[in-house]
Amino acid sequence: MSRILSLSAMSLALMSTTAFAGGHCAAGKTLTEGTLTIATGNPAYYPWVIDDAPESGQGFEAAVAYAVAAEMGFAADDVTWVRTSFDEAIQPGAKSFDVNIQQYSITAARDEMVDFSTPYYTAPMAVLVGPGAVDTAATLDALRDLKWGVMGSTTALPKIEIVIQPTDDPLIYSDNADVNAAMSANQIDAALFDLPTALFLSAVMIEGSKVVGQFAPDMTDNPDQFGMLMEEGSSLKACVDEALAAITENGTLAAIEATWLQDTTGVPLIK
Amino acid sequence: MTRRQRYEAAQRRRSLIIAGTSTALVIAAIVIFVPMAPGWEKVQRSFFNGGVLADTFPKLLEAFKVNVMIFALCAPAIAILGLLIALARDAKSPAFFPLRIFGAAFTDVFRGVPVILTVYLIGFGIPGLGLPRPYNSPYIWGSLALILTYSAYVAEIFRSGIESVHNSQRSAALSLGLSERQVMRDVILPQAVRNVVPSQMNMLIALQKDVSLLSFIGPVEIFRQAGVFKSLTANFTPYVGAAIIFLIVTIPATRYADYLMAKQRKARS
Repeated sequence: MSRILSLSAMSLALMSTTAFAGGHCAAGKTLTEGTLTIATGNPAYYPWVIDDAPESGQGFEAAVAYAVAAEMGFAADDVTWVRTSFDEAIQPGAKSFDVNIQQYSITAARDEMVDFSTPYYTAPMAVLVGPGAVDTAATLDALRDLKWGVMGSTTALPKIEIVIQPTDDPLIYSDNADVNAAMSANQIDAALFDLPTALFLSAVMIEGSKVVGQFAPDMTDNPDQFGMLMEEGSSLKACVDEALAAITENGTLAAIEATWLQDTTGVPLIK
Repeated sequence: MTRRQRYEAAQRRRSLIIAGTSTALVIAAIVIFVPMAPGWEKVQRSFFNGGVLADTFPKLLEAFKVNVMIFALCAPAIAILGLLIALARDAKSPAFFPLRIFGAAFTDVFRGVPVILTVYLIGFGIPGLGLPRPYNSPYIWGSLALILTYSAYVAEIFRSGIESVHNSQRSAALSLGLSERQVMRDVILPQAVRNVVPSQMNMLIALQKDVSLLSFIGPVEIFRQAGVFKSLTANFTPYVGAAIIFLIVTIPATRYADYLMAKQRKARS
């Protein structure tokens, strides 16, 4: 029985490789043969995905996803999008996606439970302050006295606790919208986000707020690097890493970053 | 020992043996078959990870203090407000009609709206009106949301307690010359409250768990702390740790409520 199975698996693999260009790396490793299933957040936020429509390829992560897929030999039509929460991405058992891209910071602890690709973006952390605290200086001393709020599902919380060490314990929220509500209600002065998200929130979501500064990468021992998430032990990881290396090498990644992520040098560094 | 007693003793022994064997079989089946499932190792690593549990448990215990604090502040307020609402709904005089209407509207609204929605509306909405710190604290307004919601339930339970005291007692007390107020305070309420203690115990247990809903508007209580550890470690074990802490508190409370109910049943029969 097992012989028949492995024979049919082999013939299937042979059949599918012939459908692609020679040496196709992802053959037989995706959920659906010939299709790359990519997951993102629900909703997916600007500037990572524009208008919550990753299928358009608009937005930094959507564009990176299509570039990686193309490098792996998948045409744009062969990419399917699904949505997952963070919890769905880390739950044990069968996954609904091949790769998951939604600003996942790579950490050693997380890496024990799931697989990450090599980083596709290094995100500086930035401080967003509400209307009541826009005059705060970009120094650690001034930031320490603010009332902090943060999204609980991000790596921003340990950064606040280790780098800023605020006098008051931070309040913790589930998503951007709740941080926004707390800031509007003046329950918090400041929140820590990755820089592109902070710029977006300050420009569009939270009236009167301002990005007062960003942290230089060496200010934290572990800079926030975003990686694509895959099932622990995923056989696809090597292909994704290879594709990411290729688009970094040929400048595609830098071009995508220039297109979708605002120039961030204008935001002062926190001293 | 009579023949009948001998027979009954044998029957008891027999049912003990059967109960013991079936329990042992079920436990053995769980212990043996669950780990044989193909995904067990992954589930174990995600939900029952000893290392993660040991790292996070002390901090979860620390965060549980916030739950206990909020609970301790809310419970007495709920008891008082709930009783007042119940009395308002029971007010007999026609002059008190607006009070009755208010009581009915209050219970309808706060029993009908999901707790989490009330927490959001009051916890973010009222401070959003422009209150200065520290009066806009999510701890204060979140607690108020819990107090309002639970008062509505507790008021209904008190009301059922009041109605469980037969009307003849009210009439009898009035005929002895007691005023309406004295009748309520000295005759009806003592019995009514005693009758509903077991049901109110269940509300306490529910409140104990619902304190966690305040985590949605900022306070870092045990559920939120566990969520933070979950996302930092990409592991669900901290939730299991939180569940253990909840069980340590709620199991004795549940047993006590059951004991009270059994006692009440016996007293009535």
